[in-house]
Amino acid sequence: MRALELAGARVELVHLRRVLAEPSRLEDVELVVFPGGFSYGDDVAAGRIFGLELRHGILRELCEFVDRGGHVLGICNGFQVLVESGLFERETGAAVLPERQIALHQNASNRFECRWITLRAERCAATWLEPGMLLPCPSAHGEGRFVVRDEAVLRRLQQKGQIALRYARADGTVATDYPDNPNGSVQAIAGICDPTGRVLGLMPHPERNVDPWHHPHWTRLAAGGARTEGEGLPFYRRLVAAAAGAPAGRRPTANAT
Amino acid sequence: MKSTQTPSAPAQSFAPDAWRIEVVRRAGIDDPAAGPALTALCDAGIRGVERLGTVRGYLLPASLSREAVDRAVREVLCDPVLDEARVVAPKVAPAQKLGVQRVLVARKAGVMDPVALTIGRALTRTGIVRGDDHGGPFTATFRGFELETGRSPIDARLLAMAAGRGLANEVIEDVLVDDERLRFGPPPPSPRHQLVRVPLCEADEQRLAEISREGHLSLSLAEMRAIQAHYRTALREPTACELETIAQTWSEHCKHKTFTGIVDFDGEVIDNLLKRTIKAATLELDRPWCVSVFHDNAGIVEFDQGFDVAIKVETHNHPSALDPYGGAGTGVGGVVRDILGVGLGARPIANTDAFFVGPLDLPAGDLPKGTMHPTRILSGVVAGVRDYGNRMGIPTVSGGVWSHPGYVANPLVFAGTIGILPRWAATKSVAPGDLVVVVGGRTGRDGIHGATFSSAELHEESEVVSSAAVQIGDAIEEKRVLDGLLVARDERLYRAVTDCGAGGLSSAVGEMSAECGAEVDLETVPLKYPGLRPEEIWISEAQERMVLAVPPTSIERLRAVFEAEDVEATVIGRFTATGRLVLRYHGETVGDLDLEFLHEGTPRPVRKATWSPPRHVEPGAPAARDHESVLLRLLAMPDVASKEWILRQYDHEVQGRSVLKPLVGVRMDGPGDAAVLQPLPSSQKGIALSCGASPRFGELDPGAMAEAVIDEALRNVVAVGGDPDRTAILDNFSWGNCEKPDRLGALVLASRGCYRAAMAYGTPFVSGKDSLNNEYRVGDRSIAIPPTLLVTALSICPDVARSTSMDLKRAGSRLYLLGLTRPEMGGSHYLALGGHSGGTPPRPDLSVAPRLFRALHRAIQAGVVLSAHDLAEGGLATAAAEMAFAGDLGCRLRLAQVPCAELPTGFDPDATRLYSESCSRFLVEVGGGRAAEFEAFLAGLPWAHVGDVDATRRLAIEGVRGGLVLDTHVDSLRSAHTNGFHTSGYSA
Repeated sequence: MRALELAGARVELVHLRRVLAEPSRLEDVELVVFPGGFSYGDDVAAGRIFGLELRHGILRELCEFVDRGGHVLGICNGFQVLVESGLFERETGAAVLPERQIALHQNASNRFECRWITLRAERCAATWLEPGMLLPCPSAHGEGRFVVRDEAVLRRLQQKGQIALRYARADGTVATDYPDNPNGSVQAIAGICDPTGRVLGLMPHPERNVDPWHHPHWTRLAAGGARTEGEGLPFYRRLVAAAAGAPAGRRPTANAT
Repeated sequence: MKSTQTPSAPAQSFAPDAWRIEVVRRAGIDDPAAGPALTALCDAGIRGVERLGTVRGYLLPASLSREAVDRAVREVLCDPVLDEARVVAPKVAPAQKLGVQRVLVARKAGVMDPVALTIGRALTRTGIVRGDDHGGPFTATFRGFELETGRSPIDARLLAMAAGRGLANEVIEDVLVDDERLRFGPPPPSPRHQLVRVPLCEADEQRLAEISREGHLSLSLAEMRAIQAHYRTALREPTACELETIAQTWSEHCKHKTFTGIVDFDGEVIDNLLKRTIKAATLELDRPWCVSVFHDNAGIVEFDQGFDVAIKVETHNHPSALDPYGGAGTGVGGVVRDILGVGLGARPIANTDAFFVGPLDLPAGDLPKGTMHPTRILSGVVAGVRDYGNRMGIPTVSGGVWSHPGYVANPLVFAGTIGILPRWAATKSVAPGDLVVVVGGRTGRDGIHGATFSSAELHEESEVVSSAAVQIGDAIEEKRVLDGLLVARDERLYRAVTDCGAGGLSSAVGEMSAECGAEVDLETVPLKYPGLRPEEIWISEAQERMVLAVPPTSIERLRAVFEAEDVEATVIGRFTATGRLVLRYHGETVGDLDLEFLHEGTPRPVRKATWSPPRHVEPGAPAARDHESVLLRLLAMPDVASKEWILRQYDHEVQGRSVLKPLVGVRMDGPGDAAVLQPLPSSQKGIALSCGASPRFGELDPGAMAEAVIDEALRNVVAVGGDPDRTAILDNFSWGNCEKPDRLGALVLASRGCYRAAMAYGTPFVSGKDSLNNEYRVGDRSIAIPPTLLVTALSICPDVARSTSMDLKRAGSRLYLLGLTRPEMGGSHYLALGGHSGGTPPRPDLSVAPRLFRALHRAIQAGVVLSAHDLAEGGLATAAAEMAFAGDLGCRLRLAQVPCAELPTGFDPDATRLYSESCSRFLVEVGGGRAAEFEAFLAGLPWAHVGDVDATRRLAIEGVRGGLVLDTHVDSLRSAHTNGFHTSGYSA
């Protein structure tokens, strides 16, 4: 929430139940963010129950929101929820979702891990991301390994520009091994978008690198105590700018939990 | 359990009357959980398993239609990409595959199953099943393991035993091998009975003792006599509810009878040890920034911009010994509720935890009967803290692990939480007429007698008799309570709040009504399942519950606030002005207690205490033949070795407040002295958090140990930039049975050490907790843990931008050693490594240490210090090694320069300088250009320029006689430190 505010958005924290009770709230916003957390304790599977409630409650409204230009971001558990919701695999404008072909599996290490990784933005449908941009930030999850049903799915994601973010080494090359690729994701995929580029989800947390002293090396960096912000803030600034430029609705940005 | 039958024979007629769904990973999808399960079975001695597959099992009510079950599978239970499901109809056993043996692990009746609750709710919400919004239909979960054992099946009994050790916890779970008789349904109701009165008034002493024992009341004879006298005056017998309430309220856990009692210490009478030592220091220091100390659920100190920080550390030892995962998890849950229940409630911003376990390489044959292996205990408590803290979205940022043979049968688990709250919310008061409202989870038969249990000794049978004392946490319920509570707080909808901890409602309502009175209708308390007796409802320690005092005018709004978070808020009574605690069940009075007797009527017997120092030969400081080998082994000792495999499992970044993380340096593998957080985005002030403990010192001299661990906790916060004059400390004592004079004598010495050190450093205690019955009985022998004092320090950092990490920063800078090294090798890791015992343990020089801390603090605030690290376990050698590999740089130290006291014969000058654990010392890196400036801060204090940083990536140490005694590459040091824990599955 703070990262969005620092990035210039007006933010309101809204409980899922309130959005379910009043789906028209989506008409007043330009960006919907599903933040991290452990919705419903991640019982059964991470994001499963929240995703289920989205599908049953406001999927139609959410699809319409995207179709008229609205942006959606899912971070960590929010990404898991969006994968469960089926939103990434929907054809633009379609009302029915195909059977899910992508999933976020248990980490290859079989456990929750919190560590700093480097994200690299890919050339993709989310044009607000600057290709090649490197972004160090923490990842913290137990079920974040991106998997696909088969190779064809991977090819389709590539063709449609849906592979948005990869885990990278510090030098910017794609991470092939643990721990640079912290969970064993196929092709080191850390985040994807839908074919419109307006729905984006990723496992790591750029919002946990917005202050000057969030970076684990800040005491070593040349600027040290003189750093002014973390590398995660530009990510949110670009997102907010992209969302504000879209003619989805009026000013404020909503943030559902 | 069936004996050795052929594995393929199905037990048709006994299969549960429920739909059974078994979810497995699809072919081609890997199953990361399988490998560890197979390893666990192997470790338990099972051979001949060719392949192992895991099963996630669910039982749904038989009344559901096939269509509803299919929808539940498709939408809730099974992932279309990763999983496939097998659906088995009610009363039918699943088809058995030839050559496959099945191990099922299911919760015992009545053991909390949070996943099942979530599934029940989800099925209702999505309309798959009709039902009420909160309960949902009864469902259950189980875990399965399918073992391909081919033509030579494993003996089912052996397999059951191995599974019981490696895959399940038989305190809370049943293990079935090739047996499909899963139970399904809520636990059977307790036998109903009329109002129970306990015939006490005419009982003789023997009978009184029996009543206490049979009822698991843990009340002493003197206490039973006091209760008898009270009821003789009242001309009636106590009810079961009343007796249970008294037992809970008077338990050591709740009342701290030892600490507040009268002690005869070798002839000297001490009336209230707590008041004379720990509280006395706080009172005499009288720091204006102490907002609320000792009387609430946590201590509160002033922070900034109208906000305060609250801190509490709890022990959860006995539950963790029985069920490490559940015990540690509910330990976290409990201390988080203390923070939610301090003042009008604080927002938790960080957790801390510390574990004390037996040697991790303990041979299985040396394990006392009825105990778990230390590695299993450690991995269980780590997982418990991880799952509870992570799910609640609270970063776990600080802690420690200590290993010592004294903890084999009685491990210790400390969990702490820090919260932030606005000043107006720091106080509370109940008004007569307010409603008694319980919010959060429902009440079940979990954790009956937890408070009295935790005050009793563990013994071989503990695993069996005390399973009812184990609670299972539901972190996400507590997260919902947290969210609702803070909204309700800010709308000022209640006047007081406290948590349901040990003793459940009896303690919570008993405490809140102490100044006024209350009436409670026990049948109104929401239950997980029917059939609880009123006294069970009253003392149940079901988790995730808070009690509020709500003015009647606010109740509707309060209900709505919690409803929005999916939390039940239920009126169960009201507060009165009668001075009595009245309990009713369906209109009948089942208890009517005089609150003054309840809270003030505890007899205060005089306890004997004595002390005679342990006799040892002074081992001195033997010379080392190979310092490199010593250092590498020191770095690998559990007290020193990298805790990365633990820390990575905790989300220490959530909430985005971290300034200095628990691991620092180039590769983020340097063990930081303390974590630093920035609690408010609008303020550049921070808080530093650390702890200190040393059971090895405690064995030798409890008084010196207390001073030394306070010094250690303070060193840690000062090293990262905390202000020693704005530091609060907490005491957590875990001790042996203080009915025994030698244990109590040690406690007196440690408490006095606490007083001396707190006064000298000017650091008040703001909260504390004790656990004084940590003994384990084998046969007729009772074994006590080493005297263990965990001191936690919370320090205000004037400016987070000045925070200093311990990794070396640049070649060419100078290394300074602050503080005097003395011949204090007792309890050092160097001596432990050599198999020596005895010696003089370190003790801080209280006339110098506080000045030295302030001087370093001023230097850090002036921006002169590049890195700083305290000298602790392993002394100068490990501190220098850690700084070097964390910074991926080298350094050269000259031992001849080390400020050192005169050494008696038998103390090798190199070994003493390298490995002594003398207090109040720091290794500090300062850029060459600012040396003079730094030195100016140190006037009148012991310090020396002992070496320089270079780019060699080697740690080189010159002995006092010149010549290198050690010259080791940082990669070797790092690797020893990283791989110290054998238990780690992936840290290597």
